[in-house]
Amino acid sequence: MATKIDDEIDVLPPKGVRPPIIGPGQTLGTVTDRIGGIVLAKHTPVFWFLIVALCVALFGMLNTAIAYLLGRGVGIWGVNIPVGWGFAIVNFVWWIGIGHAGTLISAILLLFKQGWRTSINRFAEAMTLFAVMQAGLFPLLHTGRPWLAAYWLFPIPLTMGVWPQFRSPLIWDVFAVSTYFTVSFLFWGIGLIPDFATLRDSAKTLLVRRIYGMLAMGWRGSAKHWNRYETAYMLLAGLATPLVLSVHSVVSLDFAVAVVPGWHTTFFPPYFVAGAIFSGFAMVLMLAIPFRYLYGMQDFITLRHLQNCAKLMLATGLIVAYSYSMEMFIGWYSNDKFELGLVHNRLHGPYSHYYFVLIFCNIIAPQSLWLNKVRSTPWILFIVSMIVQTGMWLERFVIVVLSLNRDFLPSSWGMYWWTKWDMMTLIGTMGFFTLLFFLFIRFMPAISISELRGLLPQSKVKE
Amino acid sequence: MSNHTDSNPVLISADEIKPASPELETVRKKLASATGKRYWRTVQELADEPAFGELLQREFPRGAGEWLDPVSRRNFLKLAGASMALAGLAGCTRQPIEQILPYVRQPEYLVPGKPIFFATAMPFSDYALPLLVETHEYRPTKVEGNPQHGASMGATDLFAQASILDLYDPDRSVNITYKGEPRPWGEFLGSIRGRVLYHNANKGAGLRFLTRATASPTFGSQMAAIQQTFPQSKWHRWQPVHRDGARAGSKMAFGAYYDPIYKFDAADVVVSLDGDFLSGSWFPGFVRYARDFMSRRKDPDKGMNRLYVAETCPTTTGAKADHKIPVRNSELEHIARALAAKVGVAGAGGGQINADQQKWVDAAAADLMQHKGKSIVVPGVFHTPALCALAHAMNAALGNAGQTVTYIDPVEIAPVEHLQSIRELVDDINAGKVETLIIIDGNPVYDVPVDLGFGDALKKVVTSENGMIVQLAIYNNETSEYATWHVPMAHYLESWGDTRSFDGAVTLMQPMIAPLYGGKSANEIIAIFTDQPDSSGYDMLRAYWRSQHTGDDFEAWWRRSLHDGYIANSVFPAKQVTARLGAVPPPPAVDPNAIEIIFRPDPTIFDGAYNNNGWLQETPKPLSRGTWDNVAYISPNMANEFGFFVLETDGIATSDSQKNVNADHQSDSQNVIEITLDGRKVKVPAWPQPGHPDQAVSLFLGYGRKKTGTVGAGAGYDAYSVRPMTSQYVGSGSIQLTKDHWDIAITQGHFTMDTREPVKAASLQQYLDNKQFAHNPEEEPKEADSLYPDFRQKGWYKANAWGMAIDLNSCVGCQACSVACYAENNISVVGKYQVQRGREMMWIRIDTYYAGDPANPSVYFQPLPCMQCENAPCEGVCPVGATVHSTEGLNDMVYNRCVGTRYCSNNCPYKVRRFNFLLFADYTTPVLKLMRNPDVTVRSRGVMEKCTYCIQRITAARINAEEQNRYTEGRIDIRDGEIKTACQQACPADAIIFGDINDPNSRVAQLKAQPRNYSVLSEVNTRPRTTYLAAVNNPNPELEKA
Amino acid sequence: MPQLFHRSANTLARASILGVVLLLTGVAAALFQLQRSPYVTRQHEVLDQPIPFSHKHHVSGLGLDCRYCHTSVEESSFAGIPPTKTCMNCHAEMWTSAPLLDPLRASFRTGQSIHWNRVHDLPDYVYFNHSIHIAKGVGCYSCHGPVDQMPLMYEENSLQMEWCLNCHREPEKFLRPKEEVFNMTYHQPTPAHPVEWDGKQYYSQVLLGDDLKQQYHVRTVADITSCSTCHR
Repeated sequence: MATKIDDEIDVLPPKGVRPPIIGPGQTLGTVTDRIGGIVLAKHTPVFWFLIVALCVALFGMLNTAIAYLLGRGVGIWGVNIPVGWGFAIVNFVWWIGIGHAGTLISAILLLFKQGWRTSINRFAEAMTLFAVMQAGLFPLLHTGRPWLAAYWLFPIPLTMGVWPQFRSPLIWDVFAVSTYFTVSFLFWGIGLIPDFATLRDSAKTLLVRRIYGMLAMGWRGSAKHWNRYETAYMLLAGLATPLVLSVHSVVSLDFAVAVVPGWHTTFFPPYFVAGAIFSGFAMVLMLAIPFRYLYGMQDFITLRHLQNCAKLMLATGLIVAYSYSMEMFIGWYSNDKFELGLVHNRLHGPYSHYYFVLIFCNIIAPQSLWLNKVRSTPWILFIVSMIVQTGMWLERFVIVVLSLNRDFLPSSWGMYWWTKWDMMTLIGTMGFFTLLFFLFIRFMPAISISELRGLLPQSKVKE
Repeated sequence: MSNHTDSNPVLISADEIKPASPELETVRKKLASATGKRYWRTVQELADEPAFGELLQREFPRGAGEWLDPVSRRNFLKLAGASMALAGLAGCTRQPIEQILPYVRQPEYLVPGKPIFFATAMPFSDYALPLLVETHEYRPTKVEGNPQHGASMGATDLFAQASILDLYDPDRSVNITYKGEPRPWGEFLGSIRGRVLYHNANKGAGLRFLTRATASPTFGSQMAAIQQTFPQSKWHRWQPVHRDGARAGSKMAFGAYYDPIYKFDAADVVVSLDGDFLSGSWFPGFVRYARDFMSRRKDPDKGMNRLYVAETCPTTTGAKADHKIPVRNSELEHIARALAAKVGVAGAGGGQINADQQKWVDAAAADLMQHKGKSIVVPGVFHTPALCALAHAMNAALGNAGQTVTYIDPVEIAPVEHLQSIRELVDDINAGKVETLIIIDGNPVYDVPVDLGFGDALKKVVTSENGMIVQLAIYNNETSEYATWHVPMAHYLESWGDTRSFDGAVTLMQPMIAPLYGGKSANEIIAIFTDQPDSSGYDMLRAYWRSQHTGDDFEAWWRRSLHDGYIANSVFPAKQVTARLGAVPPPPAVDPNAIEIIFRPDPTIFDGAYNNNGWLQETPKPLSRGTWDNVAYISPNMANEFGFFVLETDGIATSDSQKNVNADHQSDSQNVIEITLDGRKVKVPAWPQPGHPDQAVSLFLGYGRKKTGTVGAGAGYDAYSVRPMTSQYVGSGSIQLTKDHWDIAITQGHFTMDTREPVKAASLQQYLDNKQFAHNPEEEPKEADSLYPDFRQKGWYKANAWGMAIDLNSCVGCQACSVACYAENNISVVGKYQVQRGREMMWIRIDTYYAGDPANPSVYFQPLPCMQCENAPCEGVCPVGATVHSTEGLNDMVYNRCVGTRYCSNNCPYKVRRFNFLLFADYTTPVLKLMRNPDVTVRSRGVMEKCTYCIQRITAARINAEEQNRYTEGRIDIRDGEIKTACQQACPADAIIFGDINDPNSRVAQLKAQPRNYSVLSEVNTRPRTTYLAAVNNPNPELEKA
Repeated sequence: MPQLFHRSANTLARASILGVVLLLTGVAAALFQLQRSPYVTRQHEVLDQPIPFSHKHHVSGLGLDCRYCHTSVEESSFAGIPPTKTCMNCHAEMWTSAPLLDPLRASFRTGQSIHWNRVHDLPDYVYFNHSIHIAKGVGCYSCHGPVDQMPLMYEENSLQMEWCLNCHREPEKFLRPKEEVFNMTYHQPTPAHPVEWDGKQYYSQVLLGDDLKQQYHVRTVADITSCSTCHR
């Protein structure tokens, strides 16, 4: 077994030659062993326990915050009048955005036959699911009374004899997000079936084989199976593709539908989608880089992948930059006193420093990605992605808070200050997210074995 | 500021946590089970039961600062509530079985579910405000003005509105105590009887009575009787917000005490020398005067009166002035003299005044001369006798006396100068002449000038072997500590009595409910000394009036008077008096360097009497918008010199960064300054008040209480602690800066209108030139441009369509409307900390804007209830349809449907929606349950709430009209004015008009037809049903030119 | 290598798919029923009362009018529960020694109210008004059912919002002539048993209802289904 981790692969190939999308010297066997090995290994590495322990702690903190919230109400947060929405909504939009890269990679890149997607799509999809789960928490929590969700989220025939109001974007959210989650989940699950089978077959103990056996749903890898599998996978990819665009468009409508200056703009949907993919790829990198290092996956997640992600980040980042400038331009061009007020508030208002940090994170910092050096140096990429991630969170903060805190009547202008409970919830979800991700790495094949095999030179049919 | 980053309140100890205890259950049952008359007795029994007393004690543990976070107290129940609500999922819970407890004998005129109104009056200072009180099954729930009575004309002030909360206040004193030990009434009686016998022997030597000023004829007669039986006894009067200056001034001018009565509706020109007749009830007749004065500003086309104001501490009166100059207290008298000289008052002699003041004086004088007999000069009630005398002289010289100003005998019984009176008492005590002191109402230990050392004096009495002090008071206050006997006083809504309104008309007081806490009325205590122990308040009252109204029609007359709430034709006749300006002492020279310390009653807490009233504590001070604290006003210039932040008053904030970050805080950190006056010091948070004179500081009385209820505890500083002995309302002292800061809670962070112009204003001339000045055609959208559903198309708004018009000209910013709304709509009090977080619950707030030179800005008040938009941004975004359009054009708010996404509030351009971020409503306090308006839901945690135009009143009126079968062309024929919203009904200035805009003859429809009518933020195209009549002022063209 | 699973596993797997679907629908249906079930609404549930007062006896037996006891029903939101005095008007004379009536006499003696258990209990955030319904020709029967046939009082209808809306959305289906409001034996017009009103014979409720709506100025459905009609 080629257990030696060959870091030399991170050395750039000569100019003009792109790094391979799979390291040399890998065979059908090595692929299976290296990837399956993580799951079936006798000894789980120590760092795994450390990380999981930390995440469990954060998860506990999250639950504390939630319990106290349910007991006392949203008053424990910083929300007030005029700023009725705070961290809850900011985090919601942020997490949903992060979710996007997964589906984009799995669905759109699949349709575009982008081979390089294969080794990152699996955990990108997982990331999507986990991110959406975090996001899903917030709409429930931000009323402080989630038990009422029963009648405001879904049209249920209750004894009140009235329905939710479908004019409200909040209702559209519910459908957009739940659809998105369902499809992504199916996509991910189906993709896993062949690999579960592989694990089932290579597992040592009966129990483990039984478990993966059930998950594999009796997969035998027959031509018939493969045929159906491919069809289903393609169909789902087709289904998922529009969702990549729809979900965040709908989320953006939560704001665009309102009359609040700073929300009331028509170009929110594309702006939000771009931003979402932007942060999505940042998150992919933030997960891929440590993952390939910790588990020595440089052969499978090569510089080529990192570079491509970086390029996508750069592209979407530029769209985002354009959106920011448009926001400002329109604000000035409209000559509408409220829009002007908004511009003024962002540049000179009490929260202006938030805005300038945001500009740095989302516009200035990503420009470094023009440099091949940056795109090909994992640790720099990691830092850039972190900056971008922060920036995207700030973007939502700016949109939510800086629009509300000074909207129409000066008499009701006010400030918003987050509380420790706000912060505990935000960090808690990060912990929860990471926890889920590392559990996933430990118990499921984080890279698609079956698809990866398809990339190996020896599996290419020569004519 | 750490409190910005943490909203976790101190969790309370487990023993404080209580579910509604079994006793409370029994209390509730007992109350419910009782019949009408019996009901009273039951409550009394309860109150007598020691159990009830200690129950209250435990339910409302006296603890300072509890209201820093009022909600913490009820943590447990919130948790319980949450879990219950969890169970409530999808309404699958079984309703618990409730019980019905019918009357045993039902009073024949009581219809369960229908309110009954009784007439009574609220004593305030030395006069009274005639009222109608709404009761539900004999529980008073709402106070209104008595529309038949000239002193009210249906309006009230904020104190009257809030008094309902005082009545039920669980912090009220509940036990008769002897040296702090609870004792039964009988024992008290015995002890006092002993005293009476003793003083019978010595002709009342050493017997002293100390009361506030009173206008009660019956009480007066009792005191007279006491003078008979105890010739040696003395009756002293003290109230901290007295009008000694005015009294002395009247003596100076007329040789006797007279009360001036102003006829503002007959005056074309009014010059106020710090006479704040548009600010609050400490100016006798405020409610009526506001109505009269504003009646001349309602329709600019018919011409307007003109108001000149020279004032020291900025007031809402100054805010309404056409020409205002801020002057220091010492300058005021000089200005008065200059003015007097110009209007031909002999012997006035000019004062030295500066150029600006000269200009103001010239213009005012000229105007006055042109309107002889049709003008008024109003002296401030807190000023020197000379100033008042000069004003009287001016009114005489201008021929106003008898026309716009008349003089009546003082309404106060046996008027005295309070400072003199209290000084005598203290001297007597120190001379050991006092053995028995009966203190009725008031809180002298707290509010008597510190120089007199009243507390020590009282100690002398108590410690002397034969000394006894009896205190009758509503609260256990600072004075109670010194009292031998403390007796709980009955609230005015609990007692029989009589008093007079500012014009002398006798108003009768009748109890709405038996004393909740076993209180006794002043008459009943005095009766012990006139040998009528245990004679009821009613008997005494009736007996007295029997003696006044001899004649066999007495029964009918008495019944009618009680029913009306006042005795017909009892207004004092105008006296024919002439002001003789004799020897007016020369005015003290103005020392330009001295710093004047000005003392004023607090706009919402008054002299401290309302210190424990949550509604009034949370009602913002009209000019600073501060709550739960008193600040010290200084001028923006001084603030600049000290390097404090200064409020933006003009244009888009110039230096938006530092200053407005500061001004944006709901919790504003103020620099603390230390005031030194005659060697006494007090630390106060400074507030840069636009329009405040330089070299002066204004302090407000009533805060910094050492012993008060859970609400008032720990709020503000004690201005009494430095209040000077000689001239009570001003002293000269010095200011030191300190390093300290104090976080105050303000409900409005920005006082500049920015570019948004919510208030449109113009001068009379501008208005006449362009009547459409309030409109901007290119900004206002057309009927067609809207994506909202067109409800008219759907055939809505056909029957009745409710609308409101608010006259910005009339609003004096007195806040009576806001407090009325608290009472009518069961609005929760949230406490200082939550206000700092921007979570106050006020449904109708009064926005205050400053424009122009901070030293002397124009001030605008704008009452802001829900606009009831026809294109309501809130409605579209609610996921559950908890706020929806009604066919009458209201934005209904369905509390039980609301899940609390707060989207509606975000989307509300006016930010008039309020949210229960925590469980603000008090579900646990039994007495408060009695107070609530049964027609309005009490909102729980996580629910959005807002103004609904008092939908409960609309519904009641509609049902009433339908049952009387009143219909005209398809509309239900609800007469104009049949429905009055709570704010409208309370408004003294008649600034708020509500009605059916489909009825072309309704007042509101006609107001909306005026060119001045505009809607705030019309460019947002919300089409609000609440519109405003733009402000038009009437400046003097002469001054304009200059 | 040996088979991991028994061959029945395939069938189980397939069956489980169906099973899950059935289970979910089952639970949903159950909840749907539960919230409307008499268990939740207390519909038709007889509560025991301190005195087993029989409406059947007093109404159909003695022919008392509803308003003899429920005095404020025509003028107030609250129909009114008779004070002890009202009962004593008769029972001072009759059944003076019946042990059943001990609580009544006790109440009259001590002045303590009789603690009736509430049968028709709307949530506190619902502001129902009896008088206006009477004024618009809604019969007692429509909500309270055959009170004259109830030995002990129980709730005839669920009193849930959807039930209220049945009428507020189609009032014409339920209105009756005002003079029939308190009539327990009134029946809606049918071809067999027409109803005469205003000198006209009506053979169907819809026709009658529409005319009544006109005559009694019943507000439009949009009006009476506005939220503020019942909620404040």
